[in-house]
Amino acid sequence: MSGEISDYGMSYKMTIERKLGWTARVMVDGIGQGKALVLPEPLSLWGGLDPQTGQIIDQRHPSLGQNVTEKVLLLPVGRGSSSASSILLESVRVGTAPAAIITAEPDGILTLGAIVARTLYDKAPPVVVLAAGDYGEVIKLVQDHPGTRLRVAGGLVEVI
Amino acid sequence: MTAALRLSNKDQAMLDGDFGAAAQIAMRILITMANVYEAQEMLDIESAHIDGCLYHGDSGIDFAVKLVDGGAQVVVPTTLNVGAIDLLHPEDFQGSAVQAAKAQRLMALYQQMGCQPVWTCAPYQAYQRPTLGAQIAWAESNAIVFANSVLGARTNRYGDFIDICAAITGRVPAFGLHLKENRCGQILFTLEGIPERLLHDDVLYPVLGYFIGEHSGNQIPVIDGLPSTTSEDQLKALGASSATSGAVAMFHAVGITPEAPTLAQAFCGREPATRIKVTLDSLKAKLDKLSTVPDGEIDVVALGSPHYSLAEFAVLMARLTEITLNPETQFVVCTNRLVLAGLKERGWLAKLESAGVQLVVDTCVVVAPITRVREGVLMTNSGKFAHYAPGNIGLQVVFGSLEECLRSAEIGRVWRDKRLWDVI
Repeated sequence: MSGEISDYGMSYKMTIERKLGWTARVMVDGIGQGKALVLPEPLSLWGGLDPQTGQIIDQRHPSLGQNVTEKVLLLPVGRGSSSASSILLESVRVGTAPAAIITAEPDGILTLGAIVARTLYDKAPPVVVLAAGDYGEVIKLVQDHPGTRLRVAGGLVEVI
Repeated sequence: MTAALRLSNKDQAMLDGDFGAAAQIAMRILITMANVYEAQEMLDIESAHIDGCLYHGDSGIDFAVKLVDGGAQVVVPTTLNVGAIDLLHPEDFQGSAVQAAKAQRLMALYQQMGCQPVWTCAPYQAYQRPTLGAQIAWAESNAIVFANSVLGARTNRYGDFIDICAAITGRVPAFGLHLKENRCGQILFTLEGIPERLLHDDVLYPVLGYFIGEHSGNQIPVIDGLPSTTSEDQLKALGASSATSGAVAMFHAVGITPEAPTLAQAFCGREPATRIKVTLDSLKAKLDKLSTVPDGEIDVVALGSPHYSLAEFAVLMARLTEITLNPETQFVVCTNRLVLAGLKERGWLAKLESAGVQLVVDTCVVVAPITRVREGVLMTNSGKFAHYAPGNIGLQVVFGSLEECLRSAEIGRVWRDKRLWDVI
């Protein structure tokens, strides 16, 4: 395949149909897809997410009452308690976990919850980090088009 | 591409399973984290503090069983954070028998791995006090921020699971706050026009911490303008709140904390990337956010997050000679067994109990069902209790100073010191 032609094809698609794919840094590998859920503020899963239901229960959080199950969860970064890893692990065990997690900065505590879930149950949402500009683009796209579905596969985030 | 992770021969042997299945799992998890953070080598640690002994669900038990079955034993002095039940007062547990049994099972599994059953979120005031520069692997957000900031020991914001992996192997990836160059301040908070009286009042510190945490995310804040008399318990409250509203793992208080003798040293000679003024108005806005309901009747007063120290009890003892607690309002103070022993030694325990104070050890009111009511209002002087009580135990919250908590406990409804947050 000629480099010239594929370069042309890519930029053509980006210009006409807007950009539909972004490369991400992989924290925990895997494939996950679902409806995008954007959390406008950081969330501590401990005290913030009920792993039995997948609901956000932090009363001070703007996304209170939303459900993360099988969603592609976008949040700037985690916050607060180091017990957040346990909540993510428990949500994987119960079956209420997000399909994938996208952050704007690496978050060790979320990553760890996912790695341990992989070790114990052989399943876990992939965790990836987008560069700040790309993260902003994705959340704007989701906000402009409610119901947008995303797919995270390895180091690629795509609209599906 | 950065250079690949270098493993010592022993790391490699652990990874190959030569030290048993548990060490192999632990090393595998540590190496995954090392790769995430692009660490180039592993470091020895002196101690560990483990958060994973708090029951959140059966998955925590599954993980501990997997390690115990794999022959896990810790290789460095390792303390345990709170569990989900007070083992000395199991009758105070208001949850189901099944829940209590699971909480105890998880606590026992961590003891089997050789961890010290101290069950406290403030190990630094009782059981182990790492020294300046010591490499450690600590979990529990308030303990992490205290160890880094106030003691100058070096830990990242470890969570459940990686903490025990570090304790079993004695190793952590060399990244983040383990490395001197990553411990420099990033955001400057300057106190402006905060009344002198308030600077010396304990109530300032959790509110200031809550403000700082919210504006810091996971960066390192530097606080300029705190009085040189700022106490260890005030720094403890500040750190705990900042690690609640933000992901703060370390702060510098200029002229107070060991790695910040001067403003320039706190920033390692660089210019602050961001400067934020802390005014009385900005603190009052945070203060309002710490309460979830307007002032009215209260059901519970809870103190002791982080666990109450002997110095804090000394202040409480003095006030209790002048205040009569109302029996309708549950009054709980959470602490650890070493402080409890200190209370007994001083003859304070009997006085506290006859005054109507319920002491909770090994756990606390936002991680275990201890409050007599399931709905209602909890009043506290702790930023951490105020933040977590609504989500974790379903109670609404009123935040106040110790004096406001005590006077409110006397009458069963919120009492306010009207001048507390005044301009002068």
